[in-house]
Amino acid sequence: MTLEQAKVGQTFTVLHIRGEGALRRRLLDMGILPGTAVTVTGAAPLGDPLELTLRGYTLTLRRADGGLVEVAEGRNRRW
Amino acid sequence: MVTIALVGGPNAGKTTLFNALTGDRQLVGNWPGVTVEKKSGVWTENLSVRILDLPGIYALTPYTPEEGVTRRVLTGQRPDAILNLVDGVNLERSLYLTVQLLELGIPMVVAVNRLDVLEKRGQALDTAQLSDRLGCPVTALSAAKGQGVDRAVKLALSQARAGTPPRPVSIFSQRVERALEDIGVLARSVLPREGRAFYLSKLFEGEEEAQKALGAGLALRQRIDLVVSVCEEDVNDDRVERIAAERYAFAGDLAHRCLTKGRGGRSMTALLDRVLLHPLLALPAFAAALLGMFWLSICLMGGWTETLMATIFRGRWSLLGRELLGVVPLLDYALSRMGCPDWLTSLAVDGVAAGVGTVLTFLPQLAALFFCLTFLEGCGYLSRGAYLLDRAVRRLGLSGKSVAPYILACGCGVPGVLACRTIRRESCRRLTVMTTTFLPCGAKLPVIALIAGTVFPGAWWVAPTAYLAGVGAILLTGWLFWGSRWFPPGDTPFLLELPDYRLPALGDLVRGTGRRVEEFLRKAGSLLVLASAAVWFAASFGWSQGAFRYLAGGNLECSLLAGVGELLEPLFAPLGWGDWRAVVAAITGLLAKESIVGTLAVLCSGGLPECLMVPAAALSFLLFNLLCAPCLAALGAIRQEMASPRHFWLTVGWQTGLAWFVALGVYQVGSLL
Repeated sequence: MTLEQAKVGQTFTVLHIRGEGALRRRLLDMGILPGTAVTVTGAAPLGDPLELTLRGYTLTLRRADGGLVEVAEGRNRRW
Repeated sequence: MVTIALVGGPNAGKTTLFNALTGDRQLVGNWPGVTVEKKSGVWTENLSVRILDLPGIYALTPYTPEEGVTRRVLTGQRPDAILNLVDGVNLERSLYLTVQLLELGIPMVVAVNRLDVLEKRGQALDTAQLSDRLGCPVTALSAAKGQGVDRAVKLALSQARAGTPPRPVSIFSQRVERALEDIGVLARSVLPREGRAFYLSKLFEGEEEAQKALGAGLALRQRIDLVVSVCEEDVNDDRVERIAAERYAFAGDLAHRCLTKGRGGRSMTALLDRVLLHPLLALPAFAAALLGMFWLSICLMGGWTETLMATIFRGRWSLLGRELLGVVPLLDYALSRMGCPDWLTSLAVDGVAAGVGTVLTFLPQLAALFFCLTFLEGCGYLSRGAYLLDRAVRRLGLSGKSVAPYILACGCGVPGVLACRTIRRESCRRLTVMTTTFLPCGAKLPVIALIAGTVFPGAWWVAPTAYLAGVGAILLTGWLFWGSRWFPPGDTPFLLELPDYRLPALGDLVRGTGRRVEEFLRKAGSLLVLASAAVWFAASFGWSQGAFRYLAGGNLECSLLAGVGELLEPLFAPLGWGDWRAVVAAITGLLAKESIVGTLAVLCSGGLPECLMVPAAALSFLLFNLLCAPCLAALGAIRQEMASPRHFWLTVGWQTGLAWFVALGVYQVGSLL
């Protein structure tokens, strides 16, 4: 699954960032990397964008852009 | 002259530090994108040190136009030293940028900011270990409290003077290092000595901008690609991701080692966000915050302050049997005592003093508005507004990032337009630029207050209508133009960091408000004086009794200005204000919107032309002036940011055309009722 379908309150582990180009690069630069734990702490009143907590800070992004981020539910121990 | 560049993530506190060092009063904000241009100042302690404040960046590959500024300065101009401001509360992500800056090979000092917050949370920072692992001096400071600021600059200065670049440290894995070495051999003829490590990593990533800057030919690019492809297979990862992952691994490990864990620190922010980002309460709270700002500055601060200021300017009182005069009567008295000719007295009193004085009457209201805006910028709520509204405006081609420009534009259109640089997608950025000045800026506030106070005394709905009309115009523009060939459709990504809430320091609030007030006063003292004088001249000279002469006694109808205004009258007659004085006022508004009120004061001795006393015409006049093309300064900013004459003229035409039709509709419908 991707962050696009994420529900508020869940914690995920990032598996892979799809696509290429500037947006993918920016996601990586913001610290969304394979193995990173991301918690969806909220969504804007109209359901979008999402509010994420990762690496100790808060990031908001559109669900559509979250579609680039493949995740698995839960915190993965392997990383 | 030694140049020290302040570099850091958005919101790391660079501008606060810059102000502390240079004694400047750049606006400080708590949202990513406060600084969209490089600013330069001189260190107050040593005038031969130049400090550069650069837009905040997350990484050295720019994502938005304003981030490109920082990259260009760092790689092209190469300052003598970098003072890398690191957000101590967000250490890991800040260090991700630091390790990239180290590659530039520019003498550098890392300053960990927000020491006060870390101390409050009981977190201890190991600067010695940080310094050892990063290969450059590390110091801690609190820009907001002014602690450790001088020491950081002195360190940076000694680094700059000595010219010692950071000691190379190994950040990447052996496999990646080997690939970088191979690239170094392949590209040895194009690699510069300065910033070699930076270009190596960019060539590894395959960044086009770096390839172009180095003039790497196709053959070279292909050979590098081969090296990197083999490396990709070995590590089973793609190049951009691999580099980012290894840098983050280094940064994360370092942050973990050098900063002890503290007590939970986001509590205040989390608590406030429970309400301010609540699914049901968030939007009403946002609306309330903005309405509260306008209510405070227009309603609460309106009326009595206008009366007060008008008394100061035009009043006469008697105190203890002596007559006291306001500024304007005093000027009148003084000039006639000095034996000034009539026309000169009239120029000073009826021209300049009346025009500028009337505008200054609204200063308290403006100051209140500026104060609210400064607070809003500083507290960290602006980014939340972007987050809340993104979904609602997306269908119109706008993005949440358009929200900050719009709110800034309520103070002044120029910073509003410049703030659009934080929007990545060109058509979305241009659409925001095109619509930013629809929101009434501070200079239009006197027009609103004048019309509301004179024509609709006691009515509460005039000011909200003015702002709603602006919002309506934005929505209509987006709906009409998005997806047209000037603004091609396509999804704009939206990625925005939400900063922690911060109570802005009183000093910052006062300085920020003061700076905006000062800009307003400077304009009043220069442009408005000239405009009022020019209007007075054109209104006081004309053909009368067969000769060109000074028209004494307010015989304005024969003046030059009346002639020009009457030529244009037919254009505006359908809007309900076919009076040359109103027409001239609207036109001088192009110079500066404050001029509208100033001109009316000169031409109608403080009142309004009769035609504007009709409610429908007054509303039509108000809406026309709010929506039509902005002042020259804002037009200049729009032209610069559009970077396309076609889009610029489209904007001017659309704004003015829309204003005309809206005014026409309001007047025609209004006069039927």
